[in-house]
Amino acid sequence: MRAPGGPEVAVGDVLLSVENVSLSFGGVKAVSDVSFDIRKGEIRAIIGPNGAGKTSMLNIINGFYHPQQGRINFKGETRARMRPHDAAHGGIARTFQNVALFRGMTALDNIMAGRTLKMHTNFFWQLLRYGPAMTEEVEHRRRVEEIIDFLKIQEIRRTPVGRLPYGLQKRVELGRALAMEPELLLLDEPMAGMNMEEKEDMSRFVLDVNDHYGTTIALIEHDMGVVMDLSDRVVVLDHGIKIADGTPNEVKSNQAVIDAYLGVAH
Amino acid sequence: MDLFYNIIIDPFAQMAQAPDLLAQTLWEGLVGGMLYALIALGFVLIFKASGVFNFAQGIMVVFAALTLVGLHTAGVPAFLALGLTIVVMFVLAWTIERVVLRPLVNQPDIILFMATFGITYFLIGFGEFVFGGDPKIMITEALYLPKGSITYKAFGGVVSLQRLDIVAVIVASIMVAGLGVFFSKTRIGRALRAVADSHSAALSVGISLDQIWVIVWFAAGLVALVTGIFWGARSDVSFALDVIALKALPVLILGGFTSIPGAIVGGLIIGIGEKLGEFYWGPLIGGGTDAWFAYVIALVFLLFRPQGLFGEKIIERV
Repeated sequence: MRAPGGPEVAVGDVLLSVENVSLSFGGVKAVSDVSFDIRKGEIRAIIGPNGAGKTSMLNIINGFYHPQQGRINFKGETRARMRPHDAAHGGIARTFQNVALFRGMTALDNIMAGRTLKMHTNFFWQLLRYGPAMTEEVEHRRRVEEIIDFLKIQEIRRTPVGRLPYGLQKRVELGRALAMEPELLLLDEPMAGMNMEEKEDMSRFVLDVNDHYGTTIALIEHDMGVVMDLSDRVVVLDHGIKIADGTPNEVKSNQAVIDAYLGVAH
Repeated sequence: MDLFYNIIIDPFAQMAQAPDLLAQTLWEGLVGGMLYALIALGFVLIFKASGVFNFAQGIMVVFAALTLVGLHTAGVPAFLALGLTIVVMFVLAWTIERVVLRPLVNQPDIILFMATFGITYFLIGFGEFVFGGDPKIMITEALYLPKGSITYKAFGGVVSLQRLDIVAVIVASIMVAGLGVFFSKTRIGRALRAVADSHSAALSVGISLDQIWVIVWFAAGLVALVTGIFWGARSDVSFALDVIALKALPVLILGGFTSIPGAIVGGLIIGIGEKLGEFYWGPLIGGGTDAWFAYVIALVFLLFRPQGLFGEKIIERV
């Protein structure tokens, strides 16, 4: 169990490391010279005040942005540029700050879309819905139903997601990411805009994903209580610079972090 | 009272009196409708996958037909020319993805829409440059498309069906059915719909936008080629054909921009409605209805179903 103040859970090797990464948009430096790593099986939080470069960091990791400087090492492979498609192939899944679902499709189809890369049968078999394609479709459907059960969204599986309340949309989005069976799951503010009860539910799911599937998770979150409860290690960014890195307790008592959050008297 | 009689009663009386004429009119409407449906299908394909009304679909029909005829006149055997045209349509799709769409990822739909205007004018210029501007004749014989007509004695008179029309209807039906299954049942079909809804989300689950766009524009190109062959066989192959594409607009309004069955049913309603209107009601106002009657039909439907007959319900949470 991870409780605030509890001992750090032993985690595995480095899964992903970010080395001296810098990214700027024109004259604006979004991220400058940031390095940190994510270890196998841990829940790693990235926190910081607004505009600290957290989402940019996530976008760099899954290939939406290409940093001008620095390297990303994922599963022992170093790449300067990685496309989102490659990231997905390599086992990185993500959710978005402002839910990005396929609004016109049902919850079930949305989650099935997460299986895209796992489907291999020939397109013509799929067209005929016959032979190996049928077997495959059934197998994928079974996995998807497991995820639906896991997230307790059975009753909405046939609803177009555009019609669902926000909290459930977030859950469907998590489901789609899980359907990819990722090694690394990136969650961009999974609890933003939720009430207390929804936050607790979502926290439970995050912990369960980590426990049951052994998925490594990197999450951005604003709610400090949630971050301290969930994460094994925390990296703190402010104005694109890393100001602290460590266990929740270490970070909480770090002077630079307190200053960044509360402001300093000059 | 006379006017009332002329509009409401007389046309139907005529239909009842001469069922053979009615059957003939309906058949012609059906054929026209099927071809409208084919054009509309090209639009639906691209709209479903990218949420963009592809203004260039009409000119793609012309371009495909011109390429086919042009290659044949240059001495290429007909079926080889057909194969080469398919290759050309693929290259076109690939080029459009590379040059036009890729730099515009994640841009608002209106930008992509404007880009299709650019594609249209480029294709007109390029087509004229390569094949010249004068009308050409579709190579129906070389493609072994049947000609002449079959005449039936039915409904107390004679109904004659053009063989070419019969083939057109069959080919169009097969194409439509195939595309329907493709969209709803395959992995690529699901990916296509996903791309239409959200680019970034599609990327995050590992759908390759580049690949999807090439596939969908290629599919639209194939539909354009088939449309071009059959429309070209009915009139001739010239740049004037791209106006026909505007006829697809009422079909789309009627059927909904995202629905394949909608494109079919919409096409048939417009095709048949247009022919009936022209034949039975047209004389009342001195003819010339075919230019606008389709739009009137679409308008009437729009009053009752703004999302079209089969369109996706407009979902908006506020």
